Amino acid sequence: MPRYLPALLLIVAAIGAYFLFPFNLAFLTRILIMIVLVLSLDLVLGYAGIATLGQAAMYGAGAYAAGLFAIHVWADPVTGLLIGACAGAALAALSGLVLMRTQGLTLIMLTIAVAHICAEIANRARDVTGGADGLRGIRMEPVLGLFEFDFIGKTGYWYAFGTAAVIFTLLAILVRSPFGLSLRGIHESPERMRAIGAPVYWRRHVAYTLGGAIAGVAGALTAQITQLVSLETFSFALSAEALIMLILGGTGRLYGAVIGTVIFMWVHHTAAANDPFNWLFVIGALVLAVVFFLPRGLMALPAALTRLAKGGRHAGS
Amino acid sequence: MQGLEVRSLSKRFGGLVVSEDINLDLPPGARKALIGPNGAGKSTFANLVTGILQPSGGTIRFDGQDIARLNEARRVKLGIAKTFQITNLFRNMTVRENLRLPVLERDGRGFGMFARADRNRAIEDEVAALIDQFDLGPLADRPVQDLAYGQQRLVELALTLALKPRVLILDEPAAGVPSSETHLITDAIERLPEDLAVLIIEHDMDLVFKVARSIVVLVQGRILTEGTPQQIAADPKVRELYLGGGHG
Repeated sequence: MPRYLPALLLIVAAIGAYFLFPFNLAFLTRILIMIVLVLSLDLVLGYAGIATLGQAAMYGAGAYAAGLFAIHVWADPVTGLLIGACAGAALAALSGLVLMRTQGLTLIMLTIAVAHICAEIANRARDVTGGADGLRGIRMEPVLGLFEFDFIGKTGYWYAFGTAAVIFTLLAILVRSPFGLSLRGIHESPERMRAIGAPVYWRRHVAYTLGGAIAGVAGALTAQITQLVSLETFSFALSAEALIMLILGGTGRLYGAVIGTVIFMWVHHTAAANDPFNWLFVIGALVLAVVFFLPRGLMALPAALTRLAKGGRHAGS
Repeated sequence: MQGLEVRSLSKRFGGLVVSEDINLDLPPGARKALIGPNGAGKSTFANLVTGILQPSGGTIRFDGQDIARLNEARRVKLGIAKTFQITNLFRNMTVRENLRLPVLERDGRGFGMFARADRNRAIEDEVAALIDQFDLGPLADRPVQDLAYGQQRLVELALTLALKPRVLILDEPAAGVPSSETHLITDAIERLPEDLAVLIIEHDMDLVFKVARSIVVLVQGRILTEGTPQQIAADPKVRELYLGGGHG
């Protein structure tokens, strides 16, 4: 398989989706934004092995930062994305000073706590953030000065797609770099990494900060495209859903983050439309099936099927 | 002095004394073995030298520089490396990737984010040389977890040697290796660079007497005696305390 074929397929899929579902652009855009968030989680959790259930903290920080920047300073979208990235990175870097000293359950609990603290700060600071009513009044200028945000969401879709593509490409470079390899090394054996002279704490800290920046970009996209930031951006449910999407697709592989997000969002969308009360059942069954039969995610499905066809007994493991 | 110089080193965990008044020299080219019954404090000594544990007293000098307060990573950079008693490798990575990591770290490239990890000519050449040195060629692109334990011990050794250490501590290099594969380890140790200072902690007396030029006997955290393999083998105290149990 040529090296660029999967990337090409994704681009074709994005163009195809645009023409096939012209009345669902808002939903498709939402998928693209979630892909960026799940990619950030893949870097942090999938590659570096940092167990977190609080990735929404950086997503929310990016959303509020980009929203406030657009209202009070400058409504240029791309600059806003950078502001969102800086906010996400700053929060991750600051909280990471403490978080990266812990592991396992302690780390998970602390990441949840950080997201909750952020939500509470945003809730209390009504004058700045709008509190429970959300941050309103975001009016964006055209993207790159050329493309006005439109009512149907065409510009929003391509803007989110372009951003997701850039993030994906940067991450693809990062995970193949010596830094990316060292993150995998830390994931597998931090003791060994220390024994070969690697500063494990700082490596993890940088990974968490970069993941925070990307989550911040995802948050900024939401703020700019929906022109509203709510307290929900910090919610535990969002962090947890992002994790489920990543596990569905396969951790530690960038395409896994993309596939998992698309499938989760699509199943969520259709199942919730058919049965608004029991759609979670479908998601639950899907996750169970993947965890039991494809512990490395749906990305491992082709390999598992090949092995099954050849008569292998341990498909997917 | 060149090499490692340990003076009156001690380690206590609360009231429990695990190392006391240990003096040991490891000049370049040394082939020294550290033996002693279980619980004598051999691994503790290795952890004190590499910085995994902090000593309660005494000094550790390396080329005259006091290193007793440096952390593990700093000591690795100075050239003090240790293999693990229980194989500790990157199990899901290939042998080649396992060796690429220490070479990259030693070269200070661990934070590099834009170049590809596997496209650096000098580093790939060095990794290939290590693979050849340990006869791992046919296994180079297999995940480490697929390898036999003896072969994994070789990767462990190669990975540590990739750091180009000047002091190498081998913590039971043959532990868990079936006797049919022990010669792989012995051969590899005999082929280590001449000027490398090597300290071997080992229970397998055949291996110790084959590769060590001097032996230190540790009992209950203290050095009982030190001498050539012949002296140690003939020492009645050692025979009684350690070799007497049918080990010899």
